[in-house]
Amino acid sequence: MGGFVSRGFKRRRQADAGEAKRLPPGQYAEPGFPVLTAGPTPRVDLADWRLKVEGLVATPQEWTWDEVQALPRSDFEGDIHCVTRWSKLGTSFAGVSVDTLLEAAQPHPEASHVVAFCYGGYTTNLPLDDLRGGKAWVVWEHEGQPLPAEHGGPARLLVPHLYLWKSAKWVAGLRLLDHDAPGFWESLGYHNRGDPWREERYWGD
Amino acid sequence: MGRLSWRLAEVAEIRSETPRVVTIALDVPGWEGHRPGQHVDVRLTAEDGYQAERAYSIASAPAEERVELTVERLEDGEVSPYLAGELRTGDRLELRGPVGGYFVWEPDRGGPLLLVAGGSGVVPLMAMLRQRAAAGSQVPARLLYSSRTLEDVIYREELDRLAAAGDGLTVTHALTRAQPPGWTGYSRRIDAVMLEEVGWRPGERPLAYVCGPTRLVEVVAGHLVALGHDPARVRTERFGPTGVP
Repeated sequence: MGGFVSRGFKRRRQADAGEAKRLPPGQYAEPGFPVLTAGPTPRVDLADWRLKVEGLVATPQEWTWDEVQALPRSDFEGDIHCVTRWSKLGTSFAGVSVDTLLEAAQPHPEASHVVAFCYGGYTTNLPLDDLRGGKAWVVWEHEGQPLPAEHGGPARLLVPHLYLWKSAKWVAGLRLLDHDAPGFWESLGYHNRGDPWREERYWGD
Repeated sequence: MGRLSWRLAEVAEIRSETPRVVTIALDVPGWEGHRPGQHVDVRLTAEDGYQAERAYSIASAPAEERVELTVERLEDGEVSPYLAGELRTGDRLELRGPVGGYFVWEPDRGGPLLLVAGGSGVVPLMAMLRQRAAAGSQVPARLLYSSRTLEDVIYREELDRLAAAGDGLTVTHALTRAQPPGWTGYSRRIDAVMLEEVGWRPGERPLAYVCGPTRLVEVVAGHLVALGHDPARVRTERFGPTGVP
């Protein structure tokens, strides 16, 4: 479709150079924090909340809210990108590194993929390597405040190098597998991996 | 499913729906059809190569010949002021789709159906109602639709006609900011009482589709669950970081 120009269309938003460099293709900078969810926001009582790491691990783990808060705190500062084209630049979250959770559970060598499962029934799949090496967190603070329920509170997965549907809201656990198993949106036409810099939005992108 | 390729559609007609909303009817060569509730991605390209992409719900039923998008002009937006201001009949528009497989209803999914809309959130729900009518479906359906004022109601006459057809559809309006003299509909934002009065009882196990600005969707979906509806039968779609109606 090279060369097509939309008659009369002009850029209205001027991203500054620094901002433009941080925006993956097809994204725009959004100062707000939009909410996109396929169903009602689940309400999870902290007394009943648990976080599990299970499947192909040597020692399956289950933390209560207090226990997970006592794990070493880890902060993320940077940019997040939603497949619906907004990016939020220079935001922050705090929680625990997924590396810390995996270290406790000790993945079996054959573990290659993960399904994140959630309160409310949502699932998303990731290669294990996308969750290791300081690239992923379970977070419960956003910009210094408790993470609101509509943004995934009490706690959500945060995998900022992939589109935000991989950062599962209301996360209840990680299940390690020796094979890939497409999750909710991945079964409904969205890309299996979702790298914003490769613009992997939909199947076949 | 193969890659969703960009393709060029031609603008066949532009209709004004409300002072801020237009419907763009497109001829899309080779369009393979869509399911009611799905959307398309629209891509605009400026002469300097700058591109902007946004997603828009499809308003037309699959049974219709043209693909129609209904677009609300957001003053601080980049794409909607072009679509709802600059675009003319005969212009071409680059799009790809259809996209989305969850916020979808077809007559064979059954019901009863509860549709709740805020502002331009009515668009994907209209595709469902149009397909319901086109298919001659008798699935009982109720639409509860919140707008600021009567003149902001999108598809008002068509909704009146659909509701008058006597095939099991009721349409209830809520006007949140101003009401015309003699208004007999609701005059406030959608709340739990309204959902109890208009919606189905949880025991009737409706399929609910809720679309609108984030705050409305949060409130409505929360009330439906609190009233006893199965969360798995409540599907939502939200737009906008800021309150649109």
